[in-house]
This record gives sequence, C-alpha cells and structure tokens, in this order.
Amino acid sequence: MLEALEGSQAVAKAVALCRPQVIAAYPITPQTHIVENISKLVADGKLQCEFISVESEFSAASVVLGAALAGSRAYTASASQGILLMGEVLFNIAGMRVPIVMTCANRAVSSPLSIWNDQQDSMAVRDAGWIQLYCSDNQEAVDSTIQAFRIAERSELPVMVCMDGFTLTHTMEGIEIPTQQQVDAFLPPYKFSRSLVPNNPISLGTLVSPEFFSEARYSHHKALLNAEAEIVSADRDWAALTGRRCGGLLSVEGPEQSKVAILTIGSVLGTLREALRELPSGQPVKLISLRSFRPFPVDALKVACKGLDDVIVLERAFSPGSGGIVGLEVLGALSELANPPRVHNFAAGLGGRDIPLEILPKLLAVLSDPGDGRFRVIDVDLSKLPVEDR
Amino acid sequence: MTTNILISELRKNQPRFRGLESGHRACLGCGEALIARLVTEAAGPDVMVANATGCLEIFTTPWPESAWRVPWVHSLFENTGAVAAGMEAALKAQGKSTKVLAFGGDGGTFDIGFQALSGMLERGHNVLYVCFDNEAYMNTGIQRSSSTPHAAMTTTSPPGKMRMGKRHLKKDIVSIVAAHHIPYAATSSVAYPSDIRKKVRRAMAIEGPTFLQVHSPCPLGWGYEGDQSIAVARLAVQTGLFPIIELERGELASVMPLREVLPVSDYLRTQQRFRHLFVDDLRAREELEHIQALADHNIEIYNLRGVGLDAFDSEGMDTVRRGGGRWA
Ligand SMILES: Cc1ncc(C[n+]2csc(CCOP(=O)(O)OP(=O)(O)O)c2C)c(N)n1
Ligand code: SF4
Ligand SMILES: [Mg+2]
Repeated sequence: MLEALEGSQAVAKAVALCRPQVIAAYPITPQTHIVENISKLVADGKLQCEFISVESEFSAASVVLGAALAGSRAYTASASQGILLMGEVLFNIAGMRVPIVMTCANRAVSSPLSIWNDQQDSMAVRDAGWIQLYCSDNQEAVDSTIQAFRIAERSELPVMVCMDGFTLTHTMEGIEIPTQQQVDAFLPPYKFSRSLVPNNPISLGTLVSPEFFSEARYSHHKALLNAEAEIVSADRDWAALTGRRCGGLLSVEGPEQSKVAILTIGSVLGTLREALRELPSGQPVKLISLRSFRPFPVDALKVACKGLDDVIVLERAFSPGSGGIVGLEVLGALSELANPPRVHNFAAGLGGRDIPLEILPKLLAVLSDPGDGRFRVIDVDLSKLPVEDR
Repeated sequence: MTTNILISELRKNQPRFRGLESGHRACLGCGEALIARLVTEAAGPDVMVANATGCLEIFTTPWPESAWRVPWVHSLFENTGAVAAGMEAALKAQGKSTKVLAFGGDGGTFDIGFQALSGMLERGHNVLYVCFDNEAYMNTGIQRSSSTPHAAMTTTSPPGKMRMGKRHLKKDIVSIVAAHHIPYAATSSVAYPSDIRKKVRRAMAIEGPTFLQVHSPCPLGWGYEGDQSIAVARLAVQTGLFPIIELERGELASVMPLREVLPVSDYLRTQQRFRHLFVDDLRAREELEHIQALADHNIEIYNLRGVGLDAFDSEGMDTVRRGGGRWA
C-alpha cells in the first residue's frame, strides 16, 4: 500500500518489519527522526525489541556488536560526527565479520560545523570493511534496509545503508511499505555462525601475530568482493517478491547510443534525471547510479561504461589534498578497459549546498572544455574567499 | 577402604569448573591470571565474557590459542561496558538467563572505558563488571593511569629532580561507581581468594549491574619477585592503602577489618616503584608521611580498625598462607 511518509519514518517502519531484537542509538541530526520513530514503535508495543538509549555513538556501535555476538539481530543509525565517533568500533565490527545493519543519514563533517547533507561521513569510513549501499530515493531506502539485513547475515559482514540527510530523511514521498509476510518470507530469523553460547565456548577478537594477519585481512577483502553476489541476489529476490528493485550493484538508464554518462551516488540522481528531461534534444546522456560503493563493483562498472567516450563523476565528498573519492576509483576501474573513456570528476552539494537543475549544463560543458582534466569542486564562489585562498 | 592418591592427581580429578585454563602467557605471579581463574570458577559455566584490551586479553588469547573455557569476546580497549550491555540486551531479548561478565584493567575502567562503564551502570544492565586493578597500563609497558597510587613510579610518572613519581591521587573508582546507586559494588584483593569467591557469588545472584574492583599485583610493573605477589597484595590491605569494602545502593555495607594495622612503609618497601621514597631526602620523607596519611584516612572513614579476633578480618579471612593446602 502506498503511504505518504517521511523518509525517516519509512526507514523506521522497514527496520521494524525486519524484527530486530536489539537497537541502540544516539541522536544526531539528521538521523534523529529515525530513532524517534523507532522509539515510538517500541513504546506503542508495535515493535518488540530491546531499545537501548546509549550515552554515545561509540557505545551504540559497541552495544549492537555485543548484541549480534550474543545471537540477536541488531540495528543502529547515525550520521556525521556520530559515524566518526564510532570509527574504531566500525573497523572492529567489520574485522570480526559481524552482521549488523546501520543507517547513515549522510551529513557533512565538522569543521566547519554543518548539520546539512553531503557524504563525507560515510566516505571517511569507506576503509572500515563495511558493505556500503547508497540510496537514490526513499523507496530504495526502505527496500535497501530490508535487503541489508539479508545481505549482512548471509555474507557475515556489516552493512551501512547510506541515505542523504534531509534530502531523503526529512522528505515526504509516496512509499510502498511491504507487508510483514513479504519481509518474513524474504528474511529468515537471525542466525550467526559464531554466536557466543555457554555450551560451545569460543574466543573472539583475539590477538593475531604477523604470521596470520595478512591472511585475516585478505579473507576480509575476499568476503567483501564475494558479497557482490549477495547484493545482486537480494535485489533480484526482493524484486520477485515485491516487483521493486534497487539497482543491484549499480543501475544504468538513458539512451543506448549515448557516448556520455554521468555517474552519481545517492539522491542527486533525481535532480539529474529531471534536468536531462528538460535538456534540449541532441545530447544523449546515460545516468549511472552507483548503489554499492563497497564492494566497489569493478566488473559491473566496466560493462556499464564500455564504449563510452566520457564519464562525468559527480560526488558529494572529497579527500582534501587529493580530490574525488568515487572519481578516482571509477578511473582506476575503467583503466582496465581496452579503450577507457575519459573520466571527469566533480564534487558539488557540499554541506547542504543545493544542487540545482542548472548543474547539468555545467557538467556537460566539460566535454567541449575539459580543462586540465583534474578534479574540481564545481560550485565554489571564489569571490567569497580571501584573495590568497582562491 | 582407603586409597592413596597424590594431591596433583586429586586436583586433576576434581570436577571443578575452570573458566581459565593454564598454559596462558602471563608473567610468573601475575595477579590478573589468578583473579580471572577465581572469578570464572566462582561464576560457573553459564556466563559469557566481554574483555577489554590489556594484559589479561593479550596473554590469554594469542591466535590460534585461547585459555578460556567460557564464551569470550575482546572488542576494544574502551567499550567493554557497552559490549557487555549489548550482550545482556540480546540475552534478555532471547529470554536467556546466562550472566554477562565484563573484564577490564584499571586503564580500561578508570580512564578510557569510564564513559561506557557509566552508561552501562546507569541503564541498569544485568552485568558483573570486574576491574583488574594493577594500578597502571601494564600491557603497553607500565604507564600511569588514574588508578596509579600517589608517588608511584611508572614510565610516564618517573621520579626526577622535579618530581616524586605520580603527582596525583588514586581515583576512588568504587565510590564513583557506587554513586550510580547500583545494587552492589565492592573491592577485593587476590590475597583473599575466598573473599573474591564470596563477592562474585553474591554479585551473580543480583539482577542488575554489579561491580568488583580486585587489587591485582603485577611483579613486572610494581618491581618485585613473582613469588611475592600474595604477600605484597596482603600488605596493601593490612596497611589500609587498599580497603576491602562492600557498598549496597551506594551505601557502605561492610568492610574487612584490619586485625593489626601495619605501617605503609612495610608495603611500599617491597616494590621498586616506590624505591625513590626510601632515600635520605626531605621530599621522600614528606611523601612517605603523605602516603601514611592517606592510609590513616582510609582507616578512619571506613572504620577499618578491627576489635579483637574476627574470622573474617585481614588475618582470619581464608588466605593462601593459612589455607594454602586447600587452594594449592
Ligand atoms: C584507543 C586505544 N588507545 C590505546 C591503546 C593501547 N593500549 C592497549 S592496552 C593499554 C593499557 C591497558 O591498561 P589496563 O587497562 O590497566 O590493563 P593492564 O594491561 O594493566 O591489565 C593501552 C594503553 C588501545 N589499545 N586503544
Ligand atoms: S605485566 Fe603484570 S599484569 Fe601483565 S601479565 Fe605481567 S604480571 Fe600480569
Ligand atoms: Mg592496569
């Protein structure tokens, strides 16, 4: 049934349908509405679970880790400073290969302080060893949340479902909330192969000498690469059940004959879709929406970009002193092609800066005037800066 | 019919539960190893343990080996209270009664893990938190913690021309913990094994957060021979420097009386970490007086001085010295 729901409210409902047994969270804008909605579901008896209002995000991540190890399905949500405060635990959860689902309501990272959206937070922890799925709209946020539990539990890896703060979390949309029967059919009860149980005592998180460390890291890397199959099959099975899909590893749309593609990650897809609709005909452009950033789908990306002349990567975070994060990885992946397309890399929409429809001509201008080909922040107004910083 | 059996045979045949096996890599005479064994033995097998980073974690679990016979997880240095809380929440959700134990060093408890511990206590999780208090960061090579006693030498509180060891006082963690008004908080010492057992059993029977701070001598970090651990730990109690107390809902409930109060120098002299206090120097004499005053203060506020013979005082309580045969 289609319901008009705020993104956060919809995600809270999706989480509840997954029957989590332990939820721990700490409030931070723009994640707050998610945990408030969950708290209400618990208070109203609509969700039976242990909801732990912890004293920090560091403890939120630690509580769900303990809970998952002790045999319960566990969920948390955070953003920005909260994600960074969790940092050490995030690596730890992933290294122990514990299935946990977390929503990241993407937000800029201080300083300067900003409560608004970009994706610096989840990008900053991209090496933590979590699966990262990005949502382009709220329906995907709902469906990806449910899929995330299955992916996590089958691959024994934690999954971070990233949804743009405010743009998605605080926006009302018509959303199809699946039925409990559908979710139950898709997601079996939680089972973890390395649960702590007194009649079969095991030790987890032990000290590993150089003799075994590379192997441990390699197997973690392999597990993430192998998770591609789980991400694809979860989306396929979900589509069979509900008729809706989230694009698997990535999705491609636009005219077949296009020689140009714009690759985005997250909710900016909607803006570009609309801008392209208004574009005077002549320039066929494909849109590639990267859903899985970890694992990074090299093969799927190569297929999607084969035969293209230009790929324009638009992202909402970057690595100061280097440049684009997604752009660099796209460049690396496509370099494996025989005739790789040119990769142009832009960041925009930082700290909540609006990305208007007019971004499209600015992006496409790079085709006739590629400049030095280096990464650029597209919407900087230099006149706001002191001369020496321009 | 009588059968002759060797003590060692008898021990092997004893059907006593052991949570921590021998073969781990602790230093000879390590207090932590003995405490972990006593605590898990008293707690029994229906437990699971969250263990902070530190000596205990390191010496018990060099992959692919483990000395634990109970389900055990090490996550990080400073989140043990929270990991234990999560384990407890999960067990509650599943309707299971397995008790969660949390083990942390003084660094992981007094300092870096304090916030997670406080959160766990405040939220009332059914967890027994045991602090292995060896009064410094031993695992990283003997650096001061907020549990390090005043004037003790560590690698980050060395004595010198301008300093007499650690400048600050030992944090009164058990009072701070008790101020959360949890059902039960207590101190104990490895010199009194049956006191540890009694308190663990007591805590195990309580539904809610409980806390046990156990004084844990460390031959390497304190500077004495490994076979002296119990004697050294006893002196800390006998001098009044480490009071053995129980607090219920934040109120003092009982203390272990001192039959005979010994001067602090008897304790300090046994350890290299205090050797700079035993030179002919005005500052050293002042520090010794200061430490004696700290012990006197403990004795006064907790009313530690015993009155006559008491089976449960510092001399009467079952100890290794008296009950050696039984616990050997
Ligand atoms: C965040 C973090 N900071 C520092 C360390 C390094 N570290 C590991 S154990 C330890 C000291 C442990 O001291 P304590 O808790 O007293 O336990 P002990 O080794 O004395 O038993 C330190 C500083 C760490 N593991 N994690
Ligand atoms: S350094 Fe101290 S605490 Fe660590 S293992 Fe050795 S004796 Fe035990
Ligand atoms: Mg210590």
